[in-house]
Amino acid sequence: MQQILNGVFLGSIYALFAIGFTLVFGILDRLNLAHPAVFAVAAFVGIELVVSGGLSIWLALPLSAILGALLGLIIERVAFRPLKGRPDAHFGGLIASIGLAGMFGALLLARYGPDTRRFPPGTFPGTSYEVFGARVSLLQVVILSVAIVLMVGLTWLVAKSRLGRAMRAIAENPDAATVLGVNVDRITAITFALSSALGAVAGVMFAMYVNSAQHGMGIAIELKGLAVIIVGGMGSLPGALVGGLILGLAEVFAIAYIGASWRDMAAFALLFLLLVVRPQGLFGKKRVREV
Amino acid sequence: MKNVTMAVALTGALALTLTACGDDGGSGSGGDGALVGEGTGADCTIEEAIPVGAALSLTGAAASYGASQQKGLELAAEELNEVGGVTYDLTIEDDQTDARQGISVFETLTADSSIIIGPTLSNTAFQAQPVAQEASVPVMAISNTAAGITEQGNYIFRNALTEAQVIPQTVRAAVEAYDLESVVVMYSNDDAFTEDGYKVFAETLEEDGIDVAATLTFSKADTDFRALLTEAANAEPDAIMVSGLIEAAIPLVTQARELGLDVPIVGGNGFNNPQLMADAGEAAEGVVVGAAWNSASEGELNNAFKADFEEEYGHGPDQFAAQAHAAMHIIDEAVRANCSGERDDIQDGLGQINELDTVLGPITINSDRDAEHEAVVQVIQDGQFAVLD
Repeated sequence: MQQILNGVFLGSIYALFAIGFTLVFGILDRLNLAHPAVFAVAAFVGIELVVSGGLSIWLALPLSAILGALLGLIIERVAFRPLKGRPDAHFGGLIASIGLAGMFGALLLARYGPDTRRFPPGTFPGTSYEVFGARVSLLQVVILSVAIVLMVGLTWLVAKSRLGRAMRAIAENPDAATVLGVNVDRITAITFALSSALGAVAGVMFAMYVNSAQHGMGIAIELKGLAVIIVGGMGSLPGALVGGLILGLAEVFAIAYIGASWRDMAAFALLFLLLVVRPQGLFGKKRVREV
Repeated sequence: MKNVTMAVALTGALALTLTACGDDGGSGSGGDGALVGEGTGADCTIEEAIPVGAALSLTGAAASYGASQQKGLELAAEELNEVGGVTYDLTIEDDQTDARQGISVFETLTADSSIIIGPTLSNTAFQAQPVAQEASVPVMAISNTAAGITEQGNYIFRNALTEAQVIPQTVRAAVEAYDLESVVVMYSNDDAFTEDGYKVFAETLEEDGIDVAATLTFSKADTDFRALLTEAANAEPDAIMVSGLIEAAIPLVTQARELGLDVPIVGGNGFNNPQLMADAGEAAEGVVVGAAWNSASEGELNNAFKADFEEEYGHGPDQFAAQAHAAMHIIDEAVRANCSGERDDIQDGLGQINELDTVLGPITINSDRDAEHEAVVQVIQDGQFAVLD
């Protein structure tokens, strides 16, 4: 039972990361590889706000999300917008975002040095509960709830709201969207801001969950995030949640029954298996490329 | 640009030639045997001050260790100079926590030191020590715990305890204190240092007939240990023994307590870091770790050292300061043994150190040129390291 819960909570972190990732990837059809850098930057800044700023985590978390949103705007403006008209915009944006991620990483290193940083003990109430003989902490409950709420909220936003309709219109055909009066640049920027804000929240929560923030933390979760959105189905928000949970459980059971060295082996074997059986992912729709 | 490089290279070559010339046959630096005195032991009198060089990380990532070492060395040099008979001229250079800088500092110090102390990090030591070995200058490593440090040559000595020396003492003390019968061992299997630590743990446990209920591995980059710790808890051990670096130690300890795993956690040298208490908070309580020195250990020499240090610098010493302090006293003993500050005589004297009383306890230098002394086994209590009884 404890292991199932371990898997669910680890998975909800992956989901939190992947929901933001898939928003840009699945809806705007852009792969933003600066997303993991936002994850790491937000974790360090969140710690700074609590340690030096003396803020409570409940204030630091939304502030980190705002910072994430700002970074999202910068990423869109610097790495994606200048390339948007080009035929290789997908690839160009991907490389440009890697470049930007490198710059964020360098700034992080310059500001905080190479050491691991942590939230001070007691930042988050250490309350824990007994559930079917297993231990669940308040933090874990919060992380899972946040992941579910964000998933539901965003799904609604994308499916029903004006903003969501505009996003989907852009995804379908940016030119047609412009003709229909959609401000493509603005909607794209908002999507990036939203996506990065989610990445930032995930970064802060992850740093709290494992009691450590490292420079490599974004890179470590990057491939997992990609795997999650592919397992879940690109652009599918419920898919990101379910994909995250599946990956988390796969890892935990690999550790428990085979050994810790096998955690990534199991996780990625699952990815390959799924790609063979269901290439569009669990919740993805088959895409027909029109000529 | 090319001309500049050429000029630098030529100057360098010239400097090397000059150094080689001034280095009369590799022994002695004051020249003409001025460093050889009269009398023996406590009565030894040497006219000239003996040049002692130290390469410490005063800036860069290891600067906090280097600063402690500097204080320990300066305090000890001052004490020894007051004793009379033999005086020391201590030169401290900054290796900037950089191996290349370490090499150049060693080159400078080699020119006119009777013995070189340091450098602060093992990594730098591996690069820089050959310079001293080549020139037959004895080296005293005061904080390098990596295996193979003294294997670099017959002029390389060390007074820092290695993992292989500390872990068995730690395990035995914990077994006795907590009546351990069955333990779970965890280690990161992608790091040479922690893997060596694990081997020592495993060997000691086997020798002492302690049941190892499970051996679990992780990666040094791992931060989520909940699945592993759940496995560990299922084995219902009396204690968990971990060979890991501090980056892994902190989340591991925090998560273990969060999962309700309240047994003692015995760590290797990676755990010997005040950061553990600072960052893991209450979760660190009950963590057992061995060390070369502990501020709580009593003893006449140690008490005097702590008081003097406090008076001089306004705060208490740490292990690095204590090891540095002990090194100066070991060197003094070696110098007095032959009543000579010549390099080869010091090298010979160091080999004879036997049960010398220091702030680290009685120290013996063994045939591998490593120091042997008793480790202090500490347990974290009320947010600080206390001696485990």
